[in-house]
Amino acid sequence: MIERLEELQQEALQQIEEAGDTKQLEQVRVKYLGKKGPITEVLRGMGQLSKEERPVVGQKGNEVREAIQERLEKKTKTLADEALKEKLEKETLDVTLPGRKVQRGAKHPLTSVVEEIEDIFIGMGFEVTEGPEVETDYYNFEAMNLPKDHPARDMQDSFYVSSDLLLRTQTSPVQARSMERHHGEGPVKIICPGKVYRRDDDDATHSHQFMQIEGLMVDENIRMSDLKGVLETFVKKYFGEEREIRLRPSYFPFTEPSAELDVSCGICAGEGCRICKHTGWIEVLGCGMVHPRVLEMSGFDPDVYSGFAFGMGVERFSLLKYGIDDIRHFYTNDMRFLKQFTRV
Amino acid sequence: MLISYKWLKDYVDIEDITPEEIADRLTTGGVEVDALYRRAEPIEGCVVGYVTEAEKHPDADNLNICQVDQGAETVQIICGADNVAAGQKVVVAKPGTVLPGGMEIKATEIRGQESNGMICSLQELGVEAKLVPKHVAEGIFVFDENPDTGSDAVKALGWDDTVMDLDITPNRADCLNILGVAYEVAAQLDRAVQLPVTSVKESEKSASAAVNVKIENGEDTPYYGARIAENIQVKPSPYWMQNRLMAAGIRPISNVVDITNYVLLEYGQPLHAFDFDAFGSDEVLVRRAFEDEEIQTLDGNKHHLSTEHLVVTNGTKPTALAGVMGGEHSEVSDQTTNILLEAALFHPSLIRQASKDTRIRSDASVRYERGLDTERVEQAADRAAHLFAEYAGASVLQGIEQEDHREPGGRWVRVSDRRINQLLGMELSGSEMVRILERLGFQTADKETSSIEVYIPSRRPDIHIEEDVAEEIARMHGYQDIPSTLPKGATTAGSLTAEQKRKRTVRRFLESAGLSEAVTYSLTTASSASRFTLYPEKYTMEVSMPMSEDRRVLRQSLIPQLLEGVSYNRNRQTKDIALFEMGSVFLSEEANAAVQPEERIMLAAVVSGRWESHLWQGETKNTDFYVMKGIAEGILEELHVESRASFTLAERSDMHPGRTADIQLDGTTVGYVGQIHPTTAGDWDIAETYALQVDLTSLLQAVETPVRYQTLPRFPSTTRDIAIVVDESVPAAEVKEVIESAGGSTLYSTSLFDVYQGENLTPGKKSLAFTLVYLDPERTLTDEEVSSAHDQVLRMLEEKTGAELRQ
Ligand SMILES: [Zn+2]
Repeated sequence: MIERLEELQQEALQQIEEAGDTKQLEQVRVKYLGKKGPITEVLRGMGQLSKEERPVVGQKGNEVREAIQERLEKKTKTLADEALKEKLEKETLDVTLPGRKVQRGAKHPLTSVVEEIEDIFIGMGFEVTEGPEVETDYYNFEAMNLPKDHPARDMQDSFYVSSDLLLRTQTSPVQARSMERHHGEGPVKIICPGKVYRRDDDDATHSHQFMQIEGLMVDENIRMSDLKGVLETFVKKYFGEEREIRLRPSYFPFTEPSAELDVSCGICAGEGCRICKHTGWIEVLGCGMVHPRVLEMSGFDPDVYSGFAFGMGVERFSLLKYGIDDIRHFYTNDMRFLKQFTRV
Repeated sequence: MLISYKWLKDYVDIEDITPEEIADRLTTGGVEVDALYRRAEPIEGCVVGYVTEAEKHPDADNLNICQVDQGAETVQIICGADNVAAGQKVVVAKPGTVLPGGMEIKATEIRGQESNGMICSLQELGVEAKLVPKHVAEGIFVFDENPDTGSDAVKALGWDDTVMDLDITPNRADCLNILGVAYEVAAQLDRAVQLPVTSVKESEKSASAAVNVKIENGEDTPYYGARIAENIQVKPSPYWMQNRLMAAGIRPISNVVDITNYVLLEYGQPLHAFDFDAFGSDEVLVRRAFEDEEIQTLDGNKHHLSTEHLVVTNGTKPTALAGVMGGEHSEVSDQTTNILLEAALFHPSLIRQASKDTRIRSDASVRYERGLDTERVEQAADRAAHLFAEYAGASVLQGIEQEDHREPGGRWVRVSDRRINQLLGMELSGSEMVRILERLGFQTADKETSSIEVYIPSRRPDIHIEEDVAEEIARMHGYQDIPSTLPKGATTAGSLTAEQKRKRTVRRFLESAGLSEAVTYSLTTASSASRFTLYPEKYTMEVSMPMSEDRRVLRQSLIPQLLEGVSYNRNRQTKDIALFEMGSVFLSEEANAAVQPEERIMLAAVVSGRWESHLWQGETKNTDFYVMKGIAEGILEELHVESRASFTLAERSDMHPGRTADIQLDGTTVGYVGQIHPTTAGDWDIAETYALQVDLTSLLQAVETPVRYQTLPRFPSTTRDIAIVVDESVPAAEVKEVIESAGGSTLYSTSLFDVYQGENLTPGKKSLAFTLVYLDPERTLTDEEVSSAHDQVLRMLEEKTGAELRQ
């Protein structure tokens, strides 16, 4: 009987090996392990055996069943693997075809500059303040130490809407408004971004509407060297650590002393090139120590407080940053222009 | 301001310093030099020629055959100018020379006669036509002196010079003349200033005997001085003077006019020469003009004046618009023999007013407007008198007839060296400061322990307070020596306000939704300013003097200019457009208001063309109402107000009547979303376009504390779908509302998943299908409880909306 069982095992394993799909495999299983299968039949005849032989044959029977079962499972898995492999092969894609585009809009190149500058100054403890675009003559000019007859009013021909109201020509009025809100008590640390308007014909370098960012710090014992230090920190963060600054004397009615701030040219590293008009320097902003009249008019005692202010043109920063050649691009909203700034 | 290096050299010793170095010193000192022009550059290679013979070309009447000695050789040159003659010293461009216009001179033959170069006019040498004196404009240039034949023409013309173009800030009007620049250069170099010669041999007769000066108001006219020069011979001024005027950008006219301009450039003091015989009286009265008084200025224009204007009169009639321009009637001409020279001070704002009203900006008015050195008037008059005697053969009457109401021009300013150091963040000693002030020509009085008295001369009207002096010290010492420090005060934490943060959040949301940010102009046309506005009851505001009709009125809505953006892009073959803008609109309570308008921040978007496109898979989806609405809903979600908002069908001008919804927040309209009316789209020549506009100011104010965590449900939920049929006019939002109110506390969520109209449905009906989720956070709901709630929902739907359950 043992021989017969071994023979059956041999036979079954052989057939498992030859099975080509799960169906054939199932037939083999039914044929050998089924209730009517030859192994069961052999074991049924165990009654004729001796008491000693019976467990031996029983055990052999179990072993044979297990061996067949094990081989069946193994073969099932192999077949499944092969089937899956075949299926996956059929599913192969052309991975070089373009993916489904995720639609993304772009940050406006003026907004991205404003936000970057805001963030740098926020990091230095400044707050962002805004103000009205239609301003009174008082805040736009007089509170900035530009009385009615002041020659510097010519520098910025303005759009008046009434004798006393105009489209602000600078973001500086926000300085005065903010200082007033502080009721003569420092520190005041603000930057004020916003739109301003001047009577310029629109061309590649002029726009009747443009954006400025004004900065102001008023506290006890603020020195011009602090102005230099703060702006140097800003410039290095915005333009890069390798850039140098220089201050040049200048004039603004609301600051004294006043200065223009130049940054070493990033194209030629100060050697002189077309971008910097061969000077090695690029003018980026105007600044100075807040004029005592301005402090006084806005409720700060100039004997106790001093401060610095600076103002920069956002378009200029954006032109420099991205190499844009025409200021009008910022306002025509050409999708081909805007889409270039999706990743900034 | 154009400053000739050679002219500057008359007043300060700069022989050893190049123009480039001067420019650098000036610029770093705050007087910015914009550009340097080397005058020699255009004409290198030209020589002085001596015309030995000039005769008519045998075959051409308008040409002359000239023999020109050029030192080493004499050559024949054919010249077309009428004024060429033997005995002249002229400028010759030799063959090979390239003249400023790009013309290369070649040896050639003209009508059978050889020509070996060209005799040049000033225009041919590169002088701008508007600067060339009239008397030489038609012909070749002829030297009035006798330079060496064959010598370098550059030198003979006095063009071995560099002109600096100075960009003068409004405070430094003192640098609008060469002497002022000389003081600045002298201070930078620590050198002395050499003043011009003003001595004049006067005749016995006194000016006061010849004329009487009267000033109506000493505030309007602090000073008026008249010098009289007799027996003048009007003729061209010497070439060296003409050359300096041209270098400064002024056209030479005649010796008399040139001298007044020369002194103007030298001293910054405007002067005016009247033809004294034409003046019409021996009395000068400076007064306000009468209402509607007339004057014809020497540019030929008539002006109607008012009492805001100041005139110089002969006692009865205006002879000059004071400080701006002389009258035509008393203009100096070739026949003039006697002149009255005016040297005066007028109030800057009167001159500004007159200049503005008459639209005349003269070299005089520009300087008067900015303020003059009040103590330089007489010197300037004397200098002109000296030049009249020298170059116009004048006999100058004795003295100046004048009326004088001047206040002292200089002033003492007390400064503290400690405070200046504190302001600058520097550590300069008191004596260093004094040293700098002396270089500037500012006198200092005994330095007390902590303060310095500084006398600011009248030529520097910009310096009044300690801070002004601090700037002078800093700029002369050099701004580069100011150290970099950081403020010592307490550290403050900077941050954006909640509203500023939310504005950024909304921007980021829209960008990630596929819209690009646009920025448009606040000024627009009268017709589009209030189109699409959310506030039709408000008034618009317009600028008084618009530059164009396109930029006249302040906008009340962002959409018109965004549509312009759509149109702009379409015209450039971009059809898929998605733009948004965040910006102020201007709302006035009344027409022609004189108070500040309310400024509200609007958020608007326009989308046109394809919204999704995946070309090789053949999948594209055009923008529709629901795309735009989804964006609107997203904005509301970003601001955490979506649960308080609702959308209702609305009629708005310029919008599609069936595809526009107002957005309400707590029942108040805060914006709208919809399709641009096809007729309106036609106005902008654009295709189907959707738009939204919301009042961001309102939304930002409505925002409450944002996200609060809610405990996750621990018990299972039960989902039931329902499909109902209702009249097509019943809004889905209404159905949903009924479901939500009927569902009771266990109805956890309701979402619409299908809308159907058409086959198998009665016309006029639509089917809506919802998924309802029931959940109790405290326990597991039984089947009966869910069914009972669900039945209630169905009952209410039937009752409130006439819904039938769909099989
Ligand atoms: Zn460079």
